[in-house]
Amino acid sequence: MSFALIIAFIQQSIRLSSTLLLGSTGEILTEKSGNLNLGTPGIMASGAISGIIGAYFYTKSSLPFNPLISVLITMLCCIVGALLVSLIYCFLTITLKTNQNVTGLALTTFGVGMSNFVGSLINSQMGGTGIAAFPEIGKAYRAALPFADKLGVFGEIFFSYGFMTYLAIVIAVAAGMIITKTRIGLNLRAVGENPATADAAGINVGRYKYFATCIGGIISGLGGLCYVMDFAAANWQNNILDQFGWLAVALVIFAVWKPNMAIIGSIIFGALYVVGSFLPSLTTKDQKLLEILPYVVTIVVLVIISMRNKKENQPPESLGMSYFREER
Amino acid sequence: METKAAIELKNITKTFGSVVANKDVNLTVNRGEILSILGENGSGKTTLMNMISGIYFPDHGQIFIDGEEVVIRSPKDAFDYKIGMIHQHFKLVDVFTATENIILGLKEGGKYDIKQAAKSIKEIADKYTFDIDPLKKIHEMSVSEKQTVEIIKVLYRGADILILDEPTAVLTPQETQKLFNVLRRMRDDGKAIIIITHKLHEVLSLSDRVAVLRKGEYIGTVETASTSESELTEMMVGKKISLNIERSEPQNPQDRLVVTDLECINREGVKVLDDITFTARSGEILGIAGIAGSGQRELLEAVAGLQKVQFGSIVYNDPKTGKEENLKDKTPLQIRELGVRLSFVPEDRLGMGLVGNMDIVDNMMLRSYRKGKSVFLERKAPKDLAEHIIEDLEVVTPGANTPVRRLSGGNVQKVLVGREIAASPTVLMAAYPVRGLDINSSYTIYNLLNEQKKKGVAVIFVGEDLDVLIELCDRIMVIGSGRITGIVDGRTATKEEIGLLMTKSKEGEHND
Repeated sequence: MSFALIIAFIQQSIRLSSTLLLGSTGEILTEKSGNLNLGTPGIMASGAISGIIGAYFYTKSSLPFNPLISVLITMLCCIVGALLVSLIYCFLTITLKTNQNVTGLALTTFGVGMSNFVGSLINSQMGGTGIAAFPEIGKAYRAALPFADKLGVFGEIFFSYGFMTYLAIVIAVAAGMIITKTRIGLNLRAVGENPATADAAGINVGRYKYFATCIGGIISGLGGLCYVMDFAAANWQNNILDQFGWLAVALVIFAVWKPNMAIIGSIIFGALYVVGSFLPSLTTKDQKLLEILPYVVTIVVLVIISMRNKKENQPPESLGMSYFREER
Repeated sequence: METKAAIELKNITKTFGSVVANKDVNLTVNRGEILSILGENGSGKTTLMNMISGIYFPDHGQIFIDGEEVVIRSPKDAFDYKIGMIHQHFKLVDVFTATENIILGLKEGGKYDIKQAAKSIKEIADKYTFDIDPLKKIHEMSVSEKQTVEIIKVLYRGADILILDEPTAVLTPQETQKLFNVLRRMRDDGKAIIIITHKLHEVLSLSDRVAVLRKGEYIGTVETASTSESELTEMMVGKKISLNIERSEPQNPQDRLVVTDLECINREGVKVLDDITFTARSGEILGIAGIAGSGQRELLEAVAGLQKVQFGSIVYNDPKTGKEENLKDKTPLQIRELGVRLSFVPEDRLGMGLVGNMDIVDNMMLRSYRKGKSVFLERKAPKDLAEHIIEDLEVVTPGANTPVRRLSGGNVQKVLVGREIAASPTVLMAAYPVRGLDINSSYTIYNLLNEQKKKGVAVIFVGEDLDVLIELCDRIMVIGSGRITGIVDGRTATKEEIGLLMTKSKEGEHND
């Protein structure tokens, strides 16, 4: 591989890693509250398509194009979309105490299907070329820091990305701090580990679960937006986000429920995922084989953490279980 | 000194569906006093305390604190009134340190400072002579340490009304004495203490007054100084019952189960049983005493074929054929097919003994489902058995088709023991069969074990209450850290002697 190709490989890995990092940071927050949200792929797809809806109406309107406003509008739409889908999950699993796995899987099917439908609709409205594209908005998302190209290789590797990449890292670091270093984080972990204990300690279990799941859902949704707007340069494609959603869920396990570990993990996952397209003379078949690498790594990590059997590296103890207070 | 009512309950009523857990309960606790609450199983003691601590909300009635009426809707409200409850099942997060557990849920102003919190915890511990490492993780702690964390947790919140739900159920006699000393020191400090316990001698030695509940109703409060064990029992049960366990001499004892040099290693690679050698004889009750988690469970599971045995032998003498069978490396099913009948009442009744969501009949069928001849299940026999058990053992249930989960602890245990005995075993193993049961149900179970003994069954009984072990068992084997530290005669042994053996891990070596 030539030097330029290696740089391009690193850049592409990091671009993709932002999507995975946001997705899994959101899922870590959610899982820390004891909610196993398998609806994450659906939420990421919903967040992304909500952003596209915003982009469609903004570009269709007679308003003059402003990059900053386009970013704000699409992000706001994404947040609202992801929040709505997360609220469905919360209402079902926390208030109605339905099975989390079934609810999550249903939401994934719903979110992916709905986003495909809306995506196709917008595409047909835009002339039916197969792709709904908003090049100016993509450019706004991908705008690098102005001094990036003055710093040579260093700049290319560290400063050549759109703002979402840095936002993802900031969110992950902040989430890690909140979980380990604050009272809210302590309470949140207690809710996920042992809700009965948290309840007896005067913590409002339902409220923590709602907030963690909704905020987690919004962060995951931004991950979906990040993929569409930044990685794919504001081109919508059907059926592409759910695989990154599952990667984000796998990354949670890889990172042993620590957002800081997810930063490293997301880059590894991103690299494993894109490496196929940088290796010369690979057939599509071989590339597809390489794309399963992140999952293989996840399985290996699961084996290792279960063999080491350290209590701190296990999932939150009551993950996946609904909490009933008055059960005897 | 003038007595001041810390907390007063008036006409408290709570129902769960059609079940009345508490009916018109009146109760007063003064400051600087220890009040015991006594009651049969399912008499609503824990429910009542849960209403004071905000877990449940009463349907009717009033609660007064320091003479003022209050409404306690959540555990948080209870903290605000300085009420602290130490639950029977510890409410602690395993992966947190002691300090993290103690400050959990607090909304103190200022910075989140774990070091400062650890320091204040140490101060509280020193004041009441507790022994604690604030930075130790809960899952690395012994039961007694966990309990200490629970108590400090409520003290840290400034509680001056403490409720302890069966605090001594899992402690050794020495640890119990230590706890009682701490409680007395708190009482002298002006705190109001409520303690729920089944052990009558503890009630008499610790508390100032005793309140008695029966079937959810309040019977009365008496001064401890002017009462006796038999009076309290009569109040609890509503009739006089004999508290003496009748112990007959073993009839024609034969070696039924000979265990030699048994060694087991658990999944974490820790040696849980080492060098275990003993004999269980027919027509005899062999007691097993030890601190919880010393290897009792593993020992019974090894005999039952549920725990892999690394080394040693378990030889069973079949009374019918006179043949010897080694049970090592056999599955539970093989053990039964050999004609070896072991009945196992696991510690964790609902986890391993019964299926909570299935009804009593279905739970009977867990033992007999292989018996049918056709492809369909044979339901008649298990249904008869279920009804038979309900009648004989006085199981309180709406019917044989009620999910076991809905029954109270004592009734669950009766169903399980009844089923195991119905298999007419030659060896009956029971681990903590009276855990959490009231006196009446406990004595029903003791009598069942005694009946089996008279029938020539070799009974192995793992117990927690040393008084009962001494009264019931012919021989008592004491286990410490997976080793036998002594086998004593139940007729001559003392509680102190057994207590000392329990804390001894190897011959001649003590760990406090």
